[in-house]
Amino acid sequence: MLRTWLPFEQPLVEVEEKIADLRESEAEAPDKRRQARIAELEDKAEELKRQVFSNLSSWEKVQLARHPRRPYTLDYLNIICDEFVELHGDRLYGDDGAVVGGLATVAGRPMVIFGHQKGRTTKERQSRNFGSAHPEGYRKALRLLRMAEKFRWPAVSFVDTPAAACLEEAEARGISQAIAHSMKESFRIPVPIVVIVIGEGGSGGAIGMGVGDRILMLEYAIYSVIPPESCASIIWRDSARAPEAAEALKLTSEDVLRLGIVDRVIPEPLGGSHRECYETAQRIKKELLAAVDDLEKLPAQELLRRRYLKFAAMGQFLDERPPAASGDSTPASAEGGS
Amino acid sequence: MRMATDWFRERAARFRERQSRLPSDLWVKCPKCLEAVLKSELRQTQKVCPKCDHHMALTAQERLEITLDPGTWRPFGGLAQTADPLSFPEYREKLQSSEEKSGLDEAFIPGEGAIEGEPVAVGVVEFGFMGGSMASAFGERFVRMIEYAAEKKLVAITFAASGGARMQEGVLSLMQMAKTAGAIAALEDKPTLYVSVITDPTFAGVFASFVSLGDVIISEPRARVGFAGDRPIEQNLKVKLSPHIHTAEFQQEHGMIDLVLPRTQIRPALARLCKIWSAERNSLAGSGAEAHPNA
Repeated sequence: MLRTWLPFEQPLVEVEEKIADLRESEAEAPDKRRQARIAELEDKAEELKRQVFSNLSSWEKVQLARHPRRPYTLDYLNIICDEFVELHGDRLYGDDGAVVGGLATVAGRPMVIFGHQKGRTTKERQSRNFGSAHPEGYRKALRLLRMAEKFRWPAVSFVDTPAAACLEEAEARGISQAIAHSMKESFRIPVPIVVIVIGEGGSGGAIGMGVGDRILMLEYAIYSVIPPESCASIIWRDSARAPEAAEALKLTSEDVLRLGIVDRVIPEPLGGSHRECYETAQRIKKELLAAVDDLEKLPAQELLRRRYLKFAAMGQFLDERPPAASGDSTPASAEGGS
Repeated sequence: MRMATDWFRERAARFRERQSRLPSDLWVKCPKCLEAVLKSELRQTQKVCPKCDHHMALTAQERLEITLDPGTWRPFGGLAQTADPLSFPEYREKLQSSEEKSGLDEAFIPGEGAIEGEPVAVGVVEFGFMGGSMASAFGERFVRMIEYAAEKKLVAITFAASGGARMQEGVLSLMQMAKTAGAIAALEDKPTLYVSVITDPTFAGVFASFVSLGDVIISEPRARVGFAGDRPIEQNLKVKLSPHIHTAEFQQEHGMIDLVLPRTQIRPALARLCKIWSAERNSLAGSGAEAHPNA
């Protein structure tokens, strides 16, 4: 699984592998002609990257967001944080492997960081439930948010989940309640919260850890109300039409930015974050620190007020508001309505 | 005020017209036990089958009729109307057929009324309108209703019946989960009692947002309720779940629902809660206190 590449990356991967082979031989016995060949192939790889990545369909971006080689939360934290101590458990029932989190410093500044975590090996995938969080995951995140509140530290949430857990144990321990409660309480935590969608922003599982003051999104991440496969099987009774559904759902970072759901898209290095994890992490770090700087200027009450208004403005509808029916105590409504 | 009475009369007329088109004017077949039941008897039992206790689906209008004091319903005017922000395939057609079928312009119908004389803000989800799904206009209407209730210190009541977030508005629908949760979070500063009533079926993004955030959560018996329905789970994860998991009784057993009440007992329960809340309203009016000391 680890060696899996996407079909549309294949031509590029072949060249990249050739380069790697030549480099290996080069390390043993340097050779002028080989060096020239490497340079030639590197140009070709650049050109192929540009070709492959300049014109991706929504469905190809979905595949990139789910790429088995895509960096996960802990991969980024390893690079971004000077220090990170992972904390475990929701102090109620258990510890959810699908959500990691703890105390950290980033560029010397203390923060609380948590996020969904997918697994890399078969065993880890299972122990992390493929990044599908149980109620304990959302309650762990909330516990950490409360710690951020106590210390007045900013909080950061990394979103990367196909969906929340939904089998019997999730129902029995209140997955819906956990998600709803986590969203509601997030509106009450008076410290800056930065949300970064790094991979799959999968429906309720994502928004359950998605309330914050600044919502950032990696270029090839997706944010969707439903997986395109399920959407296609509902509309056309044919999950093979997922590519069409992906297009219709407007789930790419570009679409989601245009819909006013995220504040900024963080461009990925050419070839995608799975080729350049370190560089991607640096970009995330830079955006994160800028967002925190910006948000820390606001008094707590103002921060909360804006957070409320930010989400209150989400959605697009026709505003039909002639003389109010029952007095004019019609309070603040969506400014984003069109 | 917009002609609330007209609004009601119009819909009542449409409803009667639909009824009269049924093959028999006097009898209905219970969809559960398939027994024939006299319509007049069903009116008395609030559409609960007298033979098998099956709680038949109610339209939003029927729900309001059995819940509010007669003649007190006043729907809000100037409501957010649904657009087609993503130009999603066949969305407009589906909206239109839902409108024709239900006589309503969205799945969430907010307004105000009274229960045993106590004023309430109430929002009803019409399952017949695109499966009661939540999208932009739905979320906006919910928020406005909650804000109105908070402003007037009214008990806020919602009746849910929904498949979840509406996929035709994509991520905008998903965000309504956060938006409605935000409206309820804001009640901490302006407390008003929010009672969430679950009816069959209530799932996914609607159950995992405002419905689960009631101060009091009530359900009708055997209502199907849960995070993900059996069908998607069976299709995607290839596992079979016991149907018992997705019931109000299971959720209550696990501490997620306060009360599972037969339909006929829901209005009396709401009335009792309203009485308790009116004691709070009166004490606030008497003391002149504007907000909770912790606010």
